[in-house]
Amino acid sequence: MSDTFTVLNPVGFAPKVTRKELAPRLSTLEGKTVYLVDCRFDDSDVFLRQMQGWFGEHMPGVRTVFKPISSVYLNDDPATWEEIKARGHAAIVGVGH
Amino acid sequence: MTIGDRYGVPAVAVHTDKFDRVVRSVATTSGMPGLRQVFVPQPVMGKSARELRAYVDGKDPLTGRPVMQEVVEGLTRPFDGEDPGAIEFDRSTPRLVESDTAENLVRLFHESHWTDMLPIVLPTEERVAAMLAGTRRKPDEVVGRMRPTHFRESWEYTVEKVAVNAVMAGARPEYFPVILALAASGVSARGSSTSSLATMAVVNGPIRHEIGMNAGTGAMGPYNHANATIGRAYGLLSQNLQGGSVPGLSYMGSQGNGYAYSSVTFAENEERSPWEPFHVQHGLRPTESGVSVFTGCRSTAFTLGLREKHWREHVRNMLRGMDPHTPPTLLLDPITALQFIDRGGFMKKDALIDWLHDTARMPAGEYWDYQLVQNYIYPRATFGEEPWASKLTAAPDELIPMFRREDIHVVVVGGETNGYWRIMGCTYQKTVSVDEWR
Repeated sequence: MSDTFTVLNPVGFAPKVTRKELAPRLSTLEGKTVYLVDCRFDDSDVFLRQMQGWFGEHMPGVRTVFKPISSVYLNDDPATWEEIKARGHAAIVGVGH
Repeated sequence: MTIGDRYGVPAVAVHTDKFDRVVRSVATTSGMPGLRQVFVPQPVMGKSARELRAYVDGKDPLTGRPVMQEVVEGLTRPFDGEDPGAIEFDRSTPRLVESDTAENLVRLFHESHWTDMLPIVLPTEERVAAMLAGTRRKPDEVVGRMRPTHFRESWEYTVEKVAVNAVMAGARPEYFPVILALAASGVSARGSSTSSLATMAVVNGPIRHEIGMNAGTGAMGPYNHANATIGRAYGLLSQNLQGGSVPGLSYMGSQGNGYAYSSVTFAENEERSPWEPFHVQHGLRPTESGVSVFTGCRSTAFTLGLREKHWREHVRNMLRGMDPHTPPTLLLDPITALQFIDRGGFMKKDALIDWLHDTARMPAGEYWDYQLVQNYIYPRATFGEEPWASKLTAAPDELIPMFRREDIHVVVVGGETNGYWRIMGCTYQKTVSVDEWR
């Protein structure tokens, strides 16, 4: 026993994880408005514009709205989320890293 | 993904594949393990529209399935039958590690990513108790909360937890109030940014002499026990008390940063400075002790002295070499601090900072085209936030300030073996009282 040591754990205390319910999925995107939310980081706008083009070519029945967030991605953006909730049916957010 | 839970809108997040582990981890610890996520190749930055269209038309590099199929299914496929995963899993942290030999414990600490990969002092009960004698604060008192990035949840820690990390770093009990003050700042020295962040910690006031810190020759190097171990403790406590700093999971610095070993920790040379000490500029009295924390230490410019003929141009060139997203803090040897007075007549730091702000200019067109300006400043400017919004009205060739005046700082450090000085690109965060943690 003289060769063994008891030491303290250096790790901090994690907060409790509480599950959040995600929004139910749509039955179809046809006739729906999908927001392409640009997080304004590293040319994400260029990428989402290409995705918008894809919808126009392959799913023309989907209305897409390109929407840059109101500030930097570090800040919450309730005005944008409220707009999407009021006028849209779904959102694609990118490009995260 | 606030939109998906708080606002009830079905959403899909698109990420680059390098961030697979980190974004899944963040989703899980945010209570959303079932978040629909789609991946495209890294990088997006700098790719042409045609190249990015190929990403859209291509496959998710992690699943091998078409990106757009995953996007559409992510918005339309019901969650029925999907296992949301363990949500209320045990995240408690035991006080003790299971007893073992010293060799095995050191290996465990390294393999658990609890170290900076250098040898550590094992935090036995006796050593931690000795460290705790360095403060009047109770071991179970909560010191603060910390996280490696904005998206992560904050973890909490006590005086005892800070002491454990201070022991591991090899610090002495008399240093402990400074280390507690750094922990109380809540500013992580192990930020997870892809930009490979490091911090800088500047100590002021009587504590410098009480614990033998170095503000003179070699102050920023590995030549003083207090400087070295306080800085190391700051790094270790950050990575462990915030819940980790593991490459690919909770650390994404692409290149890493050698400054992170020491957190660039030193004392200001108040006695040889011609100006007001840094902590006094930020609200403390000269007889009080404090530690000031700077983040984002990545870039350094240097030169020797100030030449009589072209010193203004030389300083301007140094400033122009900094990325305009990260403001300058001048680290001046006392010789150069006095030269700034001799050459420019800057009897106060404020006068020098005014001049630096006016000198650091670049054409507006170049300024707005910097990637970090695009990422972090342009969005704020476009929505009216000053002073950046006004800069948007400048013509492309108009010279505009690179930095906000309030973000420029000056610290005096060095032993006057010569007039070398440098500019650290970094952002001042806060000054914390050390005396409150004695």
